[in-house]
Amino acid sequence: MSVTSPNNRPEPGSPAVVVAAEHLGLTFGTNDGPVHALSDVNLTINKGEFVSFIGPSGCGKTTFLRTIADLEQPTSGRLLINGMTPQQARETRAYGYVFQAPALYPWRTIEKNVALPLEIMGYSAIEQAQRIKRTMELVNLAGFEKKFPWQLSGGMQQRASIARALAFDADLLLMDEPFGALDEIVRDHLNSELLKLWAATQKTICFVTHSIPEAVYLSTKIVVMSPRPGRVTDIIESTLPLERPLDIRETPEFLAIAARVRDGLRAGHSYEDVV
Amino acid sequence: MSGRVLPILIVLLAIMLFWYAAAIWMNAPWQSMLYARAGLLDVPVQQFVLDSWAQDKPVLPAPHQVFGEIWNAAIAIAPTSRRSLAYHAWITLSGTLFGFVLGTALGIALAVAIVHNDAANRSLMPWIIASQTVPILAVAPMVVVGFGAVGVTGLLPKALISMYLSFFPVVVGMVKGLRTPETIQLDLLQTYNATPWQVFAKLRWPAAMPFLFASMKVGIAISLIGAVVGELSNNAGGGLGVRLLTGSYNGQTVQIWAALFIAAALAAVLVIAVGVLERLVNARMGARPI
Repeated sequence: MSVTSPNNRPEPGSPAVVVAAEHLGLTFGTNDGPVHALSDVNLTINKGEFVSFIGPSGCGKTTFLRTIADLEQPTSGRLLINGMTPQQARETRAYGYVFQAPALYPWRTIEKNVALPLEIMGYSAIEQAQRIKRTMELVNLAGFEKKFPWQLSGGMQQRASIARALAFDADLLLMDEPFGALDEIVRDHLNSELLKLWAATQKTICFVTHSIPEAVYLSTKIVVMSPRPGRVTDIIESTLPLERPLDIRETPEFLAIAARVRDGLRAGHSYEDVV
Repeated sequence: MSGRVLPILIVLLAIMLFWYAAAIWMNAPWQSMLYARAGLLDVPVQQFVLDSWAQDKPVLPAPHQVFGEIWNAAIAIAPTSRRSLAYHAWITLSGTLFGFVLGTALGIALAVAIVHNDAANRSLMPWIIASQTVPILAVAPMVVVGFGAVGVTGLLPKALISMYLSFFPVVVGMVKGLRTPETIQLDLLQTYNATPWQVFAKLRWPAAMPFLFASMKVGIAISLIGAVVGELSNNAGGGLGVRLLTGSYNGQTVQIWAALFIAAALAAVLVIAVGVLERLVNARMGARPI
């Protein structure tokens, strides 16, 4: 089942559309023959949305995120970021990327890690200091500026990597299973912090996960994907209110959306693969 | 601390006992010959042992002879004298350090080329390995004599031999070191649209530091060997190599051993110095204390 964007959406290329994918396909050539990582993906993401990509391993959710980031090149179809090609978008530093692992540089203190993109983009020392202070406060890491990564817990390291992605104020935040390696308690905490951060910064967020509750809790839009070939099987617009306490996850509305996500995963004949 | 000192002392004591015993055993034939020539018979064992530790040109000098020579030749003589071991040690040290700096610079330059340029990556490594299969004892005289023929003598030819030996561990280590950054760390810089120079300066170079220091520890020790070998071909230039050579020409085993000990001590000090530098850099780079 291929889902196209509803009619009331602005056309791709207009300012409110951040990501526009049309018939996007990506095929890797491997020794075992071609692997269809993405096949006929049609998706529109508007400014300010929180979009989760969910599906089992191999469904292409990370590949799609990497394609937006210009870390992979599509082999067919069209992809526009803010009306530009992914390469142009990357060159204008249109997005911040949060990887599965914090990927902090161990020889830099936390504040120097946050400063890394600022140094590369040529911000002045004063500007760097201001932005470091602001983003460290945003992710609740004030006071840990001079620590080295190994002195921080896994959750704090991942928050530092989010601060690094926020430091240069890109409007689009791409997050690839950022909390996947963390335990449930830390994860719940970071999820609610992420929602506050999203509300405070008004950014557009693309969030890859394989946790159904996480996807439903965070998103305004849930993109359900399935593997072989990697494709979109359902796009769910969340009806939950924007104000979301953690116990919203016990409400019937929440459970109804979660059930629909589960159905979407099952429709891709991949439910048994879901972890 | 005492837990470390005691084992060291015990090993040192064992070495000394073995050394003195070996000196008796190895010098005994010559000592017997001396007694036979002098017509001495029935020399007491105690006398025999003491005499075998006090020969002029023993096969194996006793420890007190070697350290006595080091004291006399290195400390009791003014260091400006050509007969001073300290003077010769300084000549060797300057050649070693100059060659080590050149070798490290060459090694880093080659490693950077290999990591960043595909043609260099495919072509350079076999030649670099081949360069180390050439016996340095054969190359060194050609370098020293060749440069001498065009009027270049002294520090440079010697330093070039040190460089020839010491660049190798640095290339091998730094190629590995500059390639240690993980895909995720490289992807991160890609998302910032970083230039290749920024990728080098902010990621590859700092990531390679542990490898650089490991390589430099090997490099500085073999740099000393290169300097000594270079000195063997230029008698006039001085240095520990010359002391070894003249010692072996004249059968001055005590002099040879003294020069060997000074060379070993020099190498130890240099390796320790690189280790201290490594620790300072590690502390600055936030390494987890061990």
